[in-house]
Amino acid sequence: MSMPFYVAPEQMMKDKADYARKGIARGRSLMGVTYADGILLAAENPSRTLHKVSEIYDRIAFAGVGKFNEFDQLRVGGVRHADVKGYEYSREDVDARSLANAYAQWLGQVFTREIKPMEVEILVAEVGPQSGGGADQLYHIDFSGTIYDEDHFAVLGGEADAIHDRMEAAFTEGWSLADALKAAIAALAGPERTLQPSDLEVAVLERPRERRAFHRIVDGELAALLGLGDTPPATDDAGPGAIEPPAAGEGSGEPSADVAPE
Amino acid sequence: MNLPLFPPTDDPGPSFSNLLHRLRGGPSQFPVDDPATITHGTTIVALRYAEGVVMAGDRRATAGSTIAHRNMEKVYPADRHSGVAIAGAAGPAMEMVKLFQLQLEHYEKVEGAVLSLEGKANQLSGMIRANMAMAFQGLIVVPIFAGYDLRRHRGRIFTYDVTGGRYEEGDYHADGSGGRDARTTVKLGWKEGLDLDAAVELAIQSLYEAAEEDSATGGPDPVRGIYPVIATIAEDGFTRVPESEVAARFGALIDRRTNRGMHP
Repeated sequence: MSMPFYVAPEQMMKDKADYARKGIARGRSLMGVTYADGILLAAENPSRTLHKVSEIYDRIAFAGVGKFNEFDQLRVGGVRHADVKGYEYSREDVDARSLANAYAQWLGQVFTREIKPMEVEILVAEVGPQSGGGADQLYHIDFSGTIYDEDHFAVLGGEADAIHDRMEAAFTEGWSLADALKAAIAALAGPERTLQPSDLEVAVLERPRERRAFHRIVDGELAALLGLGDTPPATDDAGPGAIEPPAAGEGSGEPSADVAPE
Repeated sequence: MNLPLFPPTDDPGPSFSNLLHRLRGGPSQFPVDDPATITHGTTIVALRYAEGVVMAGDRRATAGSTIAHRNMEKVYPADRHSGVAIAGAAGPAMEMVKLFQLQLEHYEKVEGAVLSLEGKANQLSGMIRANMAMAFQGLIVVPIFAGYDLRRHRGRIFTYDVTGGRYEEGDYHADGSGGRDARTTVKLGWKEGLDLDAAVELAIQSLYEAAEEDSATGGPDPVRGIYPVIATIAEDGFTRVPESEVAARFGALIDRRTNRGMHP
């Protein structure tokens, strides 16, 4: 009869963490940065259709690095969490903090109980309300379920430390979207590389938007922000997430009648 | 609240109502002794014009022969390019609209793509079918769904029966207790290629006629400043006609009628 080998818990955790880190390091990094009118999410992502950054709810966005199928599963879980909560209570009651906690619980559970940890790091961002009176929030959650409440900006991915240092030097409170975007791209690229618009996935949570704050910045709009503006600006209806339908409003007792303005 | 995650073989997919059903079980059924005591919404209209569709609804809700609410809204945006108007039992109807709005948004977020107009119309059909048990107890909900089809570049109107049967109307439709009068009015004034102004005017006229003939349909109420809701849906999306404009149009209509001597 064979005896299972004894592995010290410390060793087991360390092995799992190393495994997860290695998986995450294979992919490209991304970051979330606050700017004057909201939160910018910029990722290095050559795919136009497999998104790393997506909409969760009216003022909440999700970003993930690592294994696509794993963080995409978490994204869908987040959309469900938020939509069910908004349906049962009210749209105002859906917040990033509770969602970040749910993610942390799940990731922590998987990390300790399952053989294979999830090879992901995720970011939950919430832009403060239009009227002010609530700050922007950035929650960075790693593969082990540890949750970091970040100020100003958060970097996820394999080279997070180096990118974080570069961004730290550039960050200015209350800067414009164009400045924030240029700095974010420079930090993601590092001194040896330059990133083209086609290598990037960019989205924002814009504070002034009436209800759904999430907006993808693509094509002409991206080029214009980067000062490459020779292509016409993109129309809003181009892709998913770019459209901004009006629907279910404030108190969720009644269907909503408000229409989001352009 | 925990994270609603499911194994891949057992996933509710992009449907919000499936998800809700999985998490909470089906809607509860209860017997209704006297449907007349339940709040009802009344007249709704939709008509096609050159660039899209106009939707309109009066503001009155009745319970039996009393006026339950004077300012109920019956025309809602379903998403950016479609709208839904409701007639029938107000409670289930409003719940249906709320779920429908969520259903479309949920699909869009999970799938990263917007449903086709046809797909949205079929979704609503399923929701009415789910309400069938309630409908046979008298809690009937009959919505009109209309929108701008971004693939075919024109406005389209869908109507429903109690069983969830879905019918596409070519040009116009009106439903609810005053629907018949509204429909006749639209029928007499409608022609292909109406412009926006004429279409809004026709919608206003049809609600005015319905309110004259049907006690459950509310007319313009200048005393309280309550006027029917009119909305347009075209390529640039769902837009509600400002209340001030609706008020002015009703004012002009009443003036014309007064001068004609129809209202002594």
